[in-house]
Amino acid sequence: MTLFIDTLCVRYGAAPVIRDVTDTWRDGEVTALIGCNGAGKSTLLKAVAGLLPAQGTVRLDGIPLPPADRGRHIAYMPQETGAASSLTVLEVVLLGRLRSLSMRLPSALIAKAVTALDTFGLAHLQTRRLDELSGGQRQLVFLTQALFRAPRVLLLDEPTAALDLRHQLLVLERLRHLAASTGTIVAMALHDLNLAAQFTDRLIALHGGEFRAAGAAEDVLNRDNLAAMYGIEADVLRLGNARLQVMPLRATTKAGAPS
Amino acid sequence: MIRANLSEAAVDAASDPPSDPPSATAYRALIQRRLLWLICGITAFLALAVADIVTGPSMLGLGEVLHTLVTPSEVSSMTRVIVFDIRLPVTCMAILVGLALGMAGVHMQTILGNPLASPYTLGFSAAAGFGAAIVILTGITLPFVPWLTIPLAAFLMCLAAGGIVFFFARMQGMSPEVMVLAGIATLFMFQAAQSFVQYIASPEVLQSIVFWLFGSLLRASWANVPIVAAVVALATLAVLPDIWRLTALRLGGSRAAAIGVNVQALRIKVFAVVALLTTGAVAFVGTIGFVGLVAPHIARMAVGEDQRLLLPMAGLTGANIMLAASVLSKIVSPGAVIPIGIVTAVIGVPFLFFLILRGQGRNW
Repeated sequence: MTLFIDTLCVRYGAAPVIRDVTDTWRDGEVTALIGCNGAGKSTLLKAVAGLLPAQGTVRLDGIPLPPADRGRHIAYMPQETGAASSLTVLEVVLLGRLRSLSMRLPSALIAKAVTALDTFGLAHLQTRRLDELSGGQRQLVFLTQALFRAPRVLLLDEPTAALDLRHQLLVLERLRHLAASTGTIVAMALHDLNLAAQFTDRLIALHGGEFRAAGAAEDVLNRDNLAAMYGIEADVLRLGNARLQVMPLRATTKAGAPS
Repeated sequence: MIRANLSEAAVDAASDPPSDPPSATAYRALIQRRLLWLICGITAFLALAVADIVTGPSMLGLGEVLHTLVTPSEVSSMTRVIVFDIRLPVTCMAILVGLALGMAGVHMQTILGNPLASPYTLGFSAAAGFGAAIVILTGITLPFVPWLTIPLAAFLMCLAAGGIVFFFARMQGMSPEVMVLAGIATLFMFQAAQSFVQYIASPEVLQSIVFWLFGSLLRASWANVPIVAAVVALATLAVLPDIWRLTALRLGGSRAAAIGVNVQALRIKVFAVVALLTTGAVAFVGTIGFVGLVAPHIARMAVGEDQRLLLPMAGLTGANIMLAASVLSKIVSPGAVIPIGIVTAVIGVPFLFFLILRGQGRNW
């Protein structure tokens, strides 16, 4: 299974935010979108999910997906965790299967939703109101909702932004396992470059709405790219277990213009 | 699609409950508690409906009224007329208007994501008032159905207000902010027009206009009750297929869109339903404040945000407030009936203050 993004272009008014992006995301692969604030990571994810007006096409296994149909195959988790809703945690998770919900909820579906919550240790919060939870707990609930949809393509915008270290690791391990075991295509925007290098198969460095680099962590995370994308001076270390470690040293002037 | 179902099945299988699965007992208990609230609401509804039929200036006792309802042929024609032609239409209208305003209130607060929204946020009441005022001022009457002139003018003016708000909101993607702003602008526009009509009216006409604006159930009759009943039934059936999508909308527009809700289409549809419900209610009884604002909040406190329960509970709560107000309007001043629009505002304001204090630090 492949998701082919063909010359995707998004504009906010007259300004292009995503410029002619073309790429292929494969099943079982976890892709991280990295880049500075405003690089276009969230916009690219939303456009692929069909939630923004965009030019270009998205094909799943060669079949074009109109924006209105993408929700059947693609689950997208927005970044914001501040949803001011008094829905209960279990109701939020159940809404992940919106298309198959009827007036009477089958017991089996409720049981599965509770089990899904238990993945991140949230089953005991099932009747708590969403607006009574911490930002991190809310993020886990929405992540559970996205996973509960059992999509073919899972797009996540900063899925670990509000989480503590332990939960960051748990979530990223879970996503790797999901991709490997079910062949789900997973793509996420991440700010933590070390987590991106450790838990994803492929990195896409976005700068000014364009790909600056794409490939394995060692091909993308180098001093030049980091200086151009973030405007920082950084060392990139290779650890004993072949993992990369980015060590930011100082902010320089500002990020360079996209090539 | 087949692949999607297979994928769903695979994840279900992977997440099948283990030997000692986490229990959904807490959620089931919550649903039972909510159903209990709904039963309490129905019980209160029945009691208030009976109280409303029994209450009135003519001294009919509970037994006499019930006897009339069960065996109308065994009572005097005067008793029959009082119960069937005067009191029953008023009670039915109170129920229907309460249902309409309660449900419209929930819809407004859902599509606008705003706890202060009510059916009147979009200027419908002011528009209805203006329509009625114009007819009262000019003395125009429809041939054959003169009783329908004021309701029809109010109804058409409400639709005009809805059309204005819709026009501006549609141009901006039906965003809640634009809907509220366009609604407030429409409200002020029709209020100004209404004030102008009052300003140029003679004292007698002014009195009639003001009385209409108070809102009164005494305008209920067997001619207009079925019309409001049909409107409520139609509006209820229209949203039933969207009940889960409306629940999802409580997560906010972007999150609802992310789980597959066509937010713009849903807002347009529900906007039309609200316009229908509000105009249907307002056209026949005049302006009745606070029911559409307060009933959804009471219902939400009792049964939460799941619209399968919230929508009927809000309608039921609206009906209960209307029935209670109707009873109060008849017993506060013996021999006279205070316009119900005044009573709902009088009991609604303190209740709103209570809700504000109780809801401190919580999202609505």
